[in-house]
Parts: sequence; C-alpha cells; structure tokens
Amino acid sequence: MKELRFDELTVGDELPALPLSPITRTTLALYAGASGDHNPIHIDLDFARQAGMSDVFAHGMLSAAYLGRFLTGWVRQERIREIKLRFTGITHLQDAPLCSGRIAEKFEHAGEERVRIELKTTVRGNIDTIVGEAVLALK
Amino acid sequence: MLDKSLIGRSLHTSTIQVEKGALRLFAKAIGESDPVYTDEAAARDAGYRSLPVPPTFLTCLEAQASDPLKVIELAKLDLGRILHAEQQFIHHAMAFAGDELTFATHIADMYEKKGGALEFLVTESRVTNQHGDSIADIRCSLVQRNS
Repeated sequence: MKELRFDELTVGDELPALPLSPITRTTLALYAGASGDHNPIHIDLDFARQAGMSDVFAHGMLSAAYLGRFLTGWVRQERIREIKLRFTGITHLQDAPLCSGRIAEKFEHAGEERVRIELKTTVRGNIDTIVGEAVLALK
Repeated sequence: MLDKSLIGRSLHTSTIQVEKGALRLFAKAIGESDPVYTDEAAARDAGYRSLPVPPTFLTCLEAQASDPLKVIELAKLDLGRILHAEQQFIHHAMAFAGDELTFATHIADMYEKKGGALEFLVTESRVTNQHGDSIADIRCSLVQRNS
C-alpha cells in the first residue's frame, strides 16, 4: 500500500474510487450476521413488505464499512481521527456502491498534519447514499 | 410523540471481548481482502499486536454486547419506519482481537423536524478498553418517518 502523504496532497485531489460488487440477499444476510444488526427490514422480505417497502434493502452501516475499507486502503488505520457520515439514500438490491473521496482541507491540529476528506458512496451513477467526511493525521 | 424525558437516560454499560472469528466474518461480509484484517501474521508484520478492529466495526461490537432494539422499544418507535440518519466516530486509539471493550451509552437527544413527520433519536457511546484507555466516541442518529 502506498500511504497518502501530507506533502503530496493538494486540496481538490480526488482519491481513486473503490467500486463494490452489486448487493445481493447473500451480502445482506452475511452483514446481518457479522454485524449483529438483526433488524429484519434488511433480511426478511415479509417484514419489509409489511413496513411498506417493496423489498429488503441494505444496511446503511454496510456502506459505511465500505468507506472504512476505502480509507484503510489509503492509510494505516491508526491515522483515522474522525469519520462523520450522513445517510442520504437507500441502497437497494443489485445496487453496486462506489466509494469516493476528495481532499477538502489540509490543516494542523494537536501538533499533527491532518487532511479532511469529503467522502461519498453513490449508486446507479449519481445517487448519493452516504455523504460525509473523514479526518486523517498524515506524515 | 417523542418522550423527551428520556434524554440523558443511560441505555447500557456493556463489555465484550473482541474475537478473531468475529473480525474474520466481518471482513468476509464487507469484502475486505487486506490480510492485516484476517491473518494474524500479516497483522503482526504490520506492527499490530493482533487483528485490528476496523473503524466502523465498533458499532457492531456494541450491537453484539447489548440489545440494539432496546432503545427502539424504550422510545416507543416503530422498527419498520426507522432509518439510520447519521453516524459519527471519533477514534482515539485502535482496538485489537483479545481486547475487552466497554460501551457506555446514553440517549443524547430527541427532536422532531417537519412538524413531527420526522422524529430523531440520538445516542452517544463512549468506548474504553480493558486498561481504561479511551478508544472512541460514537454518535448515532436514527430517524422515524411518520408520514
């Protein structure tokens, strides 16, 4: 892994996006079991229909975990100071999330050189499902 | 109607040991292929004392250590109409397999938007390890759609 370096980054730089596989029922069953989030809205079609949804849909925290993967693909995990996420859309079955990030700010805090990265997951081309940011302390 | 008298109410102080098998299952579920998260030798080579807890897995550990639906019942919300609105992590230190993490969680806020069409419930969790070191502060916002 080539770590992000403070001096080599410019505000506005885009990190190469991380494309994920389409979400399947198996993805959701695995995530429910692995995460401990057993909310039936994500795994039980009958429950989802009773709640007025046409089908089950993905856990927001699954896309959040993909963003975690995206970040730890670029920096050692101990460099992550903050992750703040807003869930803005639902990820449906067969949607293939795309994680992307853009350097929004370079600053110093607590004696560390830090960057603020605007983060997003999108599906179907341009529908945002998560909008947020991460703060990383870099060398 | 939200029962705002619940603001400030402690939900739980729950402790869980981080297990390697749970971390490997999570890696599989999210398609993580970096061996640092599944292979102890790779984790040690990277300078970690065991498999790391990935950045968002803390919420999963909390769900496994406590009853995540309890707050829904307590606040008399309807599971079928709830969505996750926001999630924040402030990471202070990493946690690893074998650590015992304690989650101290309370209801931090409850409020409405759009004349009650949207009801929000915010919880905050302080995460510490077996040495009392601060690992993370977590804030989670749920929204119930009433329209």
